[in-house]
Amino acid sequence: MTGLFDGLVFESWILHALIWLPLAGIPVVLLAGEERAKEVAFGWTLGLFVVSLGLWWAFDPAGPLFQLQSSVPWVEMWGVNYALGIDGISLFMILLTTFTMPIAILGSFRYIRERQRGFYALMLLLQTGIVGVFASMDLFLFYVFFELTLVPMYFIVGVWGGERRIYAAVKFFLYTALGSLLMLVGILYLYWQANLANGFASFHVLDLLGTPLSLTEQLWLFGAFALAFAIKVPIFPLHTWLPDAHVEAPTPGSVVLAAVLLKMGTYGFLRFVLPFFPEASAHPTVVMVMLTLGVIGIIYAALVAAVQPDAKKLVAYTSVAHMGFVVLGIFALNVNGLQGGLVVMISHGISTGALFLILGMLYERRHTRRIEDFGGLARVAPLLATALVLTAMASIGVPGTSGFVGEFLALVGTFEKYPVMAFLAALGVIFAAFYMLPMVQRVLFNKLDRKENRTMPDLSGREIAVLSPLLLLMVVLGVYPAPVLERLEPGVRAIVEWVEEGQTGALRSAREAHALEAELATEELDGPGRALLHRFEGVEPPLPQPTRTEEGELGRSALVAFPQTPAAPTEIFTVTSGDQD
Amino acid sequence: MTEPARTTTEALAATAQAGSGFDPVLPGIILLLPLLGFLLNGILALVAGSRSATALRLAALAEPDSEEERVDHQHEVGAPKRATHTLPTWIGPGVMLLAFVLTAANFLRMLGADLHDAVVISYWSWMPTGALSVDAAIQLDQLSMIMMMVITGVGFLIHVFSVGYMKDDPGYPRYFAYLNLFVFFMLVLVTGANFPVMFVGWEGVGLCSYLLIGFWFQDREKADAGKKAFIVNRIGDVGLLMAMFILFSTFGTLNYGEIFAAAPTTLVYGGGVVTAITLFLLLGAAGKSAQIPLYVWLPDAMAGPTPVSALIHAATMVTAGVYLVARASVLFALAPVGAAAVATIGALTALFAATIALKQYDIKKVLAYSTVSQLGFMFMGVGVGAYAAGVFHLMTHAFFKALLFLGAGAVIHSMHHALHATHKDWDAQDMRNMGGLRRPMKWTWIFMWIATLAIAGIWPFAGFFSKDEIIWYVGTSAPFGPLYAVLWGMAVVTALLTAFYMTRMMILTFHGPNRTGEAERKHLHEAPLTMTIPLGVLAILSIFGGWINVPESVRNSFFGGFGLLPMSEWLHDWLLPVTAAADAIRLEQMGAYAYQSPIGGGHVTWGFIATGLALAVVILASRLFLSRDVKTALEEGEPTSGIGKLLYNKWYVDEFYDRIIVQPVIGISRFSWRVVDRVLIDGTVNAVGAVSRGAGWFGSLFQTGQLNTYAFILALGALALLGVLIL
Amino acid sequence: MLVEALVLSAILFVIGTAGVLIRRNAIIMFLCIELMLNAVNLSFVALSRYLGIEGQLYVFFVMTVAAAEAAVGLAIIIAIFRHYETVNVDNFNLLKW
Repeated sequence: MTGLFDGLVFESWILHALIWLPLAGIPVVLLAGEERAKEVAFGWTLGLFVVSLGLWWAFDPAGPLFQLQSSVPWVEMWGVNYALGIDGISLFMILLTTFTMPIAILGSFRYIRERQRGFYALMLLLQTGIVGVFASMDLFLFYVFFELTLVPMYFIVGVWGGERRIYAAVKFFLYTALGSLLMLVGILYLYWQANLANGFASFHVLDLLGTPLSLTEQLWLFGAFALAFAIKVPIFPLHTWLPDAHVEAPTPGSVVLAAVLLKMGTYGFLRFVLPFFPEASAHPTVVMVMLTLGVIGIIYAALVAAVQPDAKKLVAYTSVAHMGFVVLGIFALNVNGLQGGLVVMISHGISTGALFLILGMLYERRHTRRIEDFGGLARVAPLLATALVLTAMASIGVPGTSGFVGEFLALVGTFEKYPVMAFLAALGVIFAAFYMLPMVQRVLFNKLDRKENRTMPDLSGREIAVLSPLLLLMVVLGVYPAPVLERLEPGVRAIVEWVEEGQTGALRSAREAHALEAELATEELDGPGRALLHRFEGVEPPLPQPTRTEEGELGRSALVAFPQTPAAPTEIFTVTSGDQD
Repeated sequence: MTEPARTTTEALAATAQAGSGFDPVLPGIILLLPLLGFLLNGILALVAGSRSATALRLAALAEPDSEEERVDHQHEVGAPKRATHTLPTWIGPGVMLLAFVLTAANFLRMLGADLHDAVVISYWSWMPTGALSVDAAIQLDQLSMIMMMVITGVGFLIHVFSVGYMKDDPGYPRYFAYLNLFVFFMLVLVTGANFPVMFVGWEGVGLCSYLLIGFWFQDREKADAGKKAFIVNRIGDVGLLMAMFILFSTFGTLNYGEIFAAAPTTLVYGGGVVTAITLFLLLGAAGKSAQIPLYVWLPDAMAGPTPVSALIHAATMVTAGVYLVARASVLFALAPVGAAAVATIGALTALFAATIALKQYDIKKVLAYSTVSQLGFMFMGVGVGAYAAGVFHLMTHAFFKALLFLGAGAVIHSMHHALHATHKDWDAQDMRNMGGLRRPMKWTWIFMWIATLAIAGIWPFAGFFSKDEIIWYVGTSAPFGPLYAVLWGMAVVTALLTAFYMTRMMILTFHGPNRTGEAERKHLHEAPLTMTIPLGVLAILSIFGGWINVPESVRNSFFGGFGLLPMSEWLHDWLLPVTAAADAIRLEQMGAYAYQSPIGGGHVTWGFIATGLALAVVILASRLFLSRDVKTALEEGEPTSGIGKLLYNKWYVDEFYDRIIVQPVIGISRFSWRVVDRVLIDGTVNAVGAVSRGAGWFGSLFQTGQLNTYAFILALGALALLGVLIL
Repeated sequence: MLVEALVLSAILFVIGTAGVLIRRNAIIMFLCIELMLNAVNLSFVALSRYLGIEGQLYVFFVMTVAAAEAAVGLAIIIAIFRHYETVNVDNFNLLKW
């Protein structure tokens, strides 16, 4: 039992707190009663946001790649660990989550009228799942959290949603579940291969890194993983669940869905797909397919968005277009592209979240989402109009807002290698104006010709409090994104070096450090382990050495750590473990 | 945003490096002042907007069934002015005045210093990532200084004019907020030390233009015009983005200084890369400066308040394309094809727009097409490598076109009041409804004639020097001799057309009998002083502004008062540090400039011919339109046949674009949504669901609830298994 | 001896199967199932002589399960009878989809 508490590194308490405190908040919310549930939930998540700000200081931009690491065995037999750790990428995803949650909850005060306790309890459960996804350093743990997010979201859409909520919720669930089941198969295969290569069972991300796989295996596994994440992103043509889910979801559901849930998909690409299957990810055909899908997503979704009569659906399609930029940036496979993709992720979370909140506010006032039911609102609601115009500008990437930085970097990165793709994607800039401006015009401008709209109240104090942090952040990130970029860069650079430069760089050192640590730990515990084995053998434990043969396949024999160690050590292994018992 | 202390220290450091002795005075503050004005006016605008929104709601609550919007057209004439109305009057023009004074101080310092390299002041690191490192940095050199002088100077005058023009508008503080924001972005555009920062200004001014064109957004057409401007501009912006991408992948940086220094050695003269860069830059410039094929937004942009048209759509923003070409002169010098494309586009646009202007009746539309046409002239100038001439025309054009627009604004203001007084629903901007305005609006009349003579190119007004210089250079440039001869011809024809349609506009508006109506006539009046004084200042500039760049030979001739002018080619020499590199490349590649006009003769001869021809056209046009019996808009209606109809309808370009681009895109969008998304993709998804359901239904058929059936099937299954086992 | 025992077992099993398939009375069907189980038991016992003791082991399992099943099954049948006053299985189609 000593191991349990040894593994909980003190510095990483923030991560543990951010994952488990939302869960601890559930009984509090349930006990608070129907009337007070929302305030309690808001206070709780706001507190969590304050706690999460600690990450900003706890995370050292100049430090090692993965920080605040901690690992506790969970299912020892299978090598499942409760392992957490973050790099710059996860840092911002977690901050985005904890930042969005209180805002989404505050924005739902008027929208959610029934079963409030249940709703806010589910929101907290969702937060546990999302933060868990971004903080996991163990593939099994990740998968558990990844699936955990499905459940609350399913109920949020299915119970508090609009008219076709059941259809939307089931579609959402089945789409994502289908993808993640295939991924589970992929995970198990990868785990098994890593197990063979390492000589011990582990789901730890750093243990799975560099698992020797033939190109064919990599491509298949890439397919399994990529499908799951592509559905989540969503990448064209797997996107049709998103508009339905968004339209039917209640405002806070849409906000969280757009702001963070979609990012789990692109995050998955960055954290798992690219590092685990570097050769498949850099395979020219794969890259071309992904880039093409990204570009199609950008243009196609923008076109479809332009003809939507339903404002919320329009914004949902713009999400697809934005995520197309992220895909483009990721598969540009260079620092600028990935940085751009990540900034688009953050910026999209902020601007699209704000758009959904504003549409929600309009819905609360008029109980309609049809664009044609509005018009001329800028005259009765100047504050709302200002917020919508600014948000729309951030969304279409006007320079000076966060949207521009992301799109610009993503396109710069793409252009370095794929100029034609970058050009086609840049056309998305035109189409963005083509879908957003008519919507803004038909909602805010033109004649104030509907009687119902003439008495529409402007933003209340609470609504101003909901929107102003988002608006502020849009401008701040657009003008001074450097602190974000410099924290993201080590993680991004590590991925690029790993994938593009023959599995070198920070990810490699992180993996080596991890392996060394594990050996030291086993040595100290005097338990069975590789270090002991190798001491017995009299050699230093060899790390998997990725070598490339001429065909570009990983040389398998060189990678497997144990081919030289025949049966004898295995027996020792069993004997020593027997002693332990 | 910035701390002045840091600004100056860094500026000092930069200066020390440049070793020029130019020490900028608070350059960051020049940019911050309009931004500050925007923030203050913006807050006031929100306060005022909320107040009128409340009034609107109360009115709607009081009369829930009223169809008419009560507060909608209610001008607050004579109402007691609130703080939200009086403060912007001081904040808006105030920050502009301060900015202008600071700019002028810097300008004077730069005059005194011998500055060769641009002074770059970096405030913070904007996008540091990978190999890309973009700083939020501004650059002060001769070109940006001239632009800043024009922007803050003309901008200040137009702000003052707006005080009078917009004082009764309920959106008064909002107007000044937008206007200040525009000036901020425009300054960012011209001072940015690298392409991305310039692009911030580039799109920022587009945004402000969008907001200001659609300023009276309750009018659908105006909101549409704003939207059109933004979208068309974005098409150009893609070109600019692409140019930046190519530049970055070629040079590894986006800073002006490094790119332009490295370009002559890195890029191959006339090579594909530099040609691609320049063509993409041209696309961007064509979008912002309203050149073919992206000029269509500018005439529609006249939906905005008239001072906005003067500031944004005549004097400053639309000249950004010219600025861009001049700024990237090194690249264009390296790409003869790109440069020729600039000149050709410019010439085509100049002629094309001038033809349309011939048959427009809306006074602002005439000026709008005139602006497009004049921008074409500037493009011709920078396209043939006469960067100083292009910038020169940019500057003089800013003076006289701003004057023309503001004068038109004064006319419209007066017409509007007159028509409003008697509730006549005539078009206040249709020249056929005017006539004889010289009597009630004497000063405006005089000032506008000055501007008209300037734009027509008649000595000694500003336009004579700048326009003729461009025509001169077009006629003398290598390397596409024959092409440039054609361009030269187009330029000359355009110049004559300009004189013609401008005279037509003046005669229809100010001369002949008044057609506004008996009752209305007595309400026509001269504009208030806040409006006429800026007109006067601009008129002075329109007269003398052209004297700063007179070629030596001309200076010593009749046109320069036989050497009386104190300076010759001042602007050209001033801009030399910026354009010298480009000039050197051109000189090296093409040999010495020929300086031979296609019709022969030198500067002076050509000057006589040009001003004589223009004067002749003005006189002819005056006689023609004075003798004509002009009907009012109501009596005449639209031209129904012939070339007149074609020109009146602007060659049907808008309709053509709508048919060829807009409608197909919408069609594809509908198809994508209804067919691809709903039927194909969602159909597939739902089909998968349906198949599962169908399989379930089929299975349910076997669930009869009858125990015997189950048992029977069980037995059959067991038998089948047995059979399999045995076989 | 084995052949006779297996033949008897088969006959019993077929009778049981036929009874289950043909008869409609729940009690009789139930008895027929028991008959099938015992037919299998018989073959287990017979074969255990040649293949090892496990066969007899299974017989005890089957008997135990059969006893438990009889208890539960009869209870259900009685419950149904109380409700419908018939044990004709044609009337029991509550589980139909």
